[in-house]
Amino acid sequence: MEWESVIGLEVHVSLSTKSKLFSGTASEFGAEPNTQANIFDLALPGTLPVFNEEALKMAVRFGLAIGADIGKHSVFDRKNYFYPDLPKGYQVTQLDFPIVGKGSLTITLEDGTEKVISVTRAHIEENAGKSLHEEFSARSGIDLNRAGEPLLEIVSEPEITNAKEAVAYLKKLHSIVRYLDISDAIMAQGSMRCDVNVSIRPKGETDLGTRTEIKNINSFRFVEKAIKSEIIRQHEVIEDGGEVLQETPRYDANKDITTSMRSKEVENDYRYFPEPDLLPVVIDDSYISAVKAELPELPDAKKERFIEEFSLSTYDAGVLTATREMAEYFEEVTQGCGDAKLAANWVTGDLLALLNKNDIEITESPIQSDRLATLISRIKDSTVSGKIAKTVFETMIDDSAAVDEIIEQKGLKQVTDSGEIGKLVDEVITNNPDQVQQFKDGKEAVLGYLVGQVMKISQGKANPGKVNELLREKIK
Amino acid sequence: MALDKSEVEKIAQLARLHISEADADEVANRITDILALIDQMQSIDTESVEPMAHPLDAVQRLRVDEITESDHRDEFQTLAPETQDGLYLVPKVIE
Amino acid sequence: MIEKTAAELSQALANGEISSVELTQSYLDRIKKYNEELNSYITVCEESALVQAKEADKKRVHSDSSPLLGIPLAHKDIFCTNGVTTTCGSRMLHNFIAPYDATVVGKLNDAGVVMLGKTNMDEFAMGSSNETSFFGPVRNPWDTNRVPGGSSGGSAAAVAADLCTMATGTDTGGSIRQPAAFCGITGFKPSYGRVSRWGMIAFASSLDQAGPLTKSAEDAALMTNVMAGLDKKDSTSIDKPVEDYTATLNDSLEGLKIGIPKQHFAEGLTADVEKGIQEALCEYEKLGASITEVDLPNNHLSVSAYYVVAPAEASANLSRYDGVRYGYRCANPVDLEDMYNRTRSEGFGEEVKRRILVGTYALSAGYYDAYYRKAQKIRRLIKNDFVETFKEVDVIIGPTSPHTAFELGTKTDPVTMYLEDIYTIAVNLAGLPAISIPAGIANGLPLGMQIVGRDFGEAQILNVAHQFQQQTDWHRQKPNFGQET
Repeated sequence: MEWESVIGLEVHVSLSTKSKLFSGTASEFGAEPNTQANIFDLALPGTLPVFNEEALKMAVRFGLAIGADIGKHSVFDRKNYFYPDLPKGYQVTQLDFPIVGKGSLTITLEDGTEKVISVTRAHIEENAGKSLHEEFSARSGIDLNRAGEPLLEIVSEPEITNAKEAVAYLKKLHSIVRYLDISDAIMAQGSMRCDVNVSIRPKGETDLGTRTEIKNINSFRFVEKAIKSEIIRQHEVIEDGGEVLQETPRYDANKDITTSMRSKEVENDYRYFPEPDLLPVVIDDSYISAVKAELPELPDAKKERFIEEFSLSTYDAGVLTATREMAEYFEEVTQGCGDAKLAANWVTGDLLALLNKNDIEITESPIQSDRLATLISRIKDSTVSGKIAKTVFETMIDDSAAVDEIIEQKGLKQVTDSGEIGKLVDEVITNNPDQVQQFKDGKEAVLGYLVGQVMKISQGKANPGKVNELLREKIK
Repeated sequence: MALDKSEVEKIAQLARLHISEADADEVANRITDILALIDQMQSIDTESVEPMAHPLDAVQRLRVDEITESDHRDEFQTLAPETQDGLYLVPKVIE
Repeated sequence: MIEKTAAELSQALANGEISSVELTQSYLDRIKKYNEELNSYITVCEESALVQAKEADKKRVHSDSSPLLGIPLAHKDIFCTNGVTTTCGSRMLHNFIAPYDATVVGKLNDAGVVMLGKTNMDEFAMGSSNETSFFGPVRNPWDTNRVPGGSSGGSAAAVAADLCTMATGTDTGGSIRQPAAFCGITGFKPSYGRVSRWGMIAFASSLDQAGPLTKSAEDAALMTNVMAGLDKKDSTSIDKPVEDYTATLNDSLEGLKIGIPKQHFAEGLTADVEKGIQEALCEYEKLGASITEVDLPNNHLSVSAYYVVAPAEASANLSRYDGVRYGYRCANPVDLEDMYNRTRSEGFGEEVKRRILVGTYALSAGYYDAYYRKAQKIRRLIKNDFVETFKEVDVIIGPTSPHTAFELGTKTDPVTMYLEDIYTIAVNLAGLPAISIPAGIANGLPLGMQIVGRDFGEAQILNVAHQFQQQTDWHRQKPNFGQET
């Protein structure tokens, strides 16, 4: 029997507000334990929540970015459960009336085709604190700095069919929230994390199989690996005549396997009910259009523009708009050198290779956009050849000196002086009588060889055009 | 609606309350009485009535996103049963 | 002096007949003498009270003329008071020293009051007799074998026994009005949203409202003037200007339309109380008001709906008491679950646990629609009854409680106790303002009359109550308790 897998993602994004969702406490990453936990965050008796307007705006920005219906009347609910890092004993979230309704986003698959993935909803909720289990014997330590930070939970429809699509979806979400400037979305810091629902079913079947949920995955790579290994595990369970149980298996990154967690799964009953300390959040059309007017250019629109405006290939445009930082870098280079084509080649070529090799973000690039722009300008004004430029580029990685200084110091300037090149041309003509004869006999292709020889003895610095011109002149 | 002992235990577990074996019947009976009082509601049809969550016909006010609180950890932790190194301590959480 | 109203004391202080320090000292002496028997205070703040009094006297010299300057009051122990133990009547918070002031406390401090201490109450405000307090029951000064009512029983008893001039209270289902009625004083619950809930320990968030317990409607107006108003820290606080509630106290009642709900004069009402209320109504007729019977057809469902909504909200509101960050924690927990279960079982009393269980049950999977949602629909019907009625009449008047104060330990069955609030609960579900004022004495015990107004109709019911007190002296009647001859 042929099987297919069905995957749904619940992604939590920390909204990058200054203060918490319902209190005026700072909401920064990495503070000393419990120094960002004040009376409301500690759930002291008598304290009450007041909703942060920026969190609302950020959620609406996201909704508009994915073309979603915006909830004009959204309601907060309490989700009740006990855990030491949940100070109130309930989490304030949105159940029936979320701020963001149904929307969608487009992912690009490896073969270049596009697929639309629907987003069921997105709602605002509070983050929990952190429990530290390793520090003390017989005790867990509770840090509530994170408690009450605003989260946007984005729920996808189960329209994803494999691990690669899941990663593409996640990366697209990552890109959108960063374009919108509503979250750092740094997975390693937990400001973006996801729960993955996986089920398998015979191909053609319309009902969903029993799904399992892998919780709190915090890297793109693990998402891909966890999904793959969970699909394998489910296949094995079924092949062995077993049944997939609704559970939350754990992904072990070291062993690269998911393991069933059949231990004491206490059935939860969250007893949701409308949060009586908060009133319905009501927004009108003018609020929505004001937020809409402030939206930045989003990845899909930017990609289209790059193709139109700069005549880039779909592929290059896709690479260059994958992140906001990449797009900004590219546009800065283009503006600085005035040649989008060359800028695109350099950014998607040498620069990306450099970043990938060293696993660094473009914002950390050792070669800043203005320096790359200068280098490209020097190719354009024939100061250096394209080939020599690569040498300059290599030097620029470790040498922060100005581009022109490097070219000057290393004597990499292209030779365009007819006299100087003439001497080299003469030398090559003298040393290659056979080839010169062949050219004279009409074998055009030999010229390339002769140009190459001149370039070689000039150590690449001779202007190839000039060499070409002089060779033709002198052999005639 | 009558509530039996096992249901009481289930609710008590949700609410993190311990009810001793000896008290369970008594608690179940009392709650059953209260549910009988509550069930008087079922005597009228409310099919077309919109639920009212709140006495006020008002909407949520918004707070400007600014930091108004400063760090008072040491003061707040004097209230706590057990702390160390700035952390609140609880019996080890077994995941 | 101590028996005087705040308005009278304000005059006396202004005229220099007495200083705030002298006044405060006489209350403190009296508390020392009588509190042991009444048990109306959980905490007495002798030192800080005298400091505040001295401060008030100094301000007066500098021509501060706030009406409540230097007046000694008590706060129900449900309000957080910075640096002072705030127990909410519970073992769970027996050691909780609040690190901040409730908005109500802050506003009254700013008005220059002197805080004598924190008053006893039913645990987490759950009770109608003040018998559920971890700190023991409060006794009614009119008869110390009887309850003062609840949950603001300590505040009511303290005002009635002249252990303070006035006190704060909270009212979720009648917790200001019923003890005011039982103790022969004035108790006022403003409209939901009129007074900030910040710093007031939550019982049922959509029903809780703070208000004053005083010796007259005029005092209630003076206190409400200070307590009311928008608080941005409470999302449910209403952005409506606060009127000067004393300005309209003397308006004429000529032409006032009073509605008498037939449901409040039905089975269960004792003859004594009914007689007292009927006589009080005659006073209103003399003042030019007209009286018509009105119908609140869903009133009989108010207790049922309330005992879903209030416990449901409470079950979540009380989840924060987990022994992690403050308050009681059980000794030597063996693991996390044991810590939760024992902390909460040992920290909460029987009634609180019972209500948590009822609320948890009402919200649990499969029962939400039948209970919580249904109760919210009933709530709408009850509100609609009032809206309709207020198209015909200006205020609704009836008894506050079906009877006078009952004896301690006589109502052991929870349902019987819940039905105590049959006349008051609907008002909370609808969010309306209501006041209870003394309207007579039956068999040596005071009886209370409730006046209910429209949404944010505070000024009107205070006016209606004050006019009655101008014609009668029921509010001047004193228990024999603590009368030095």
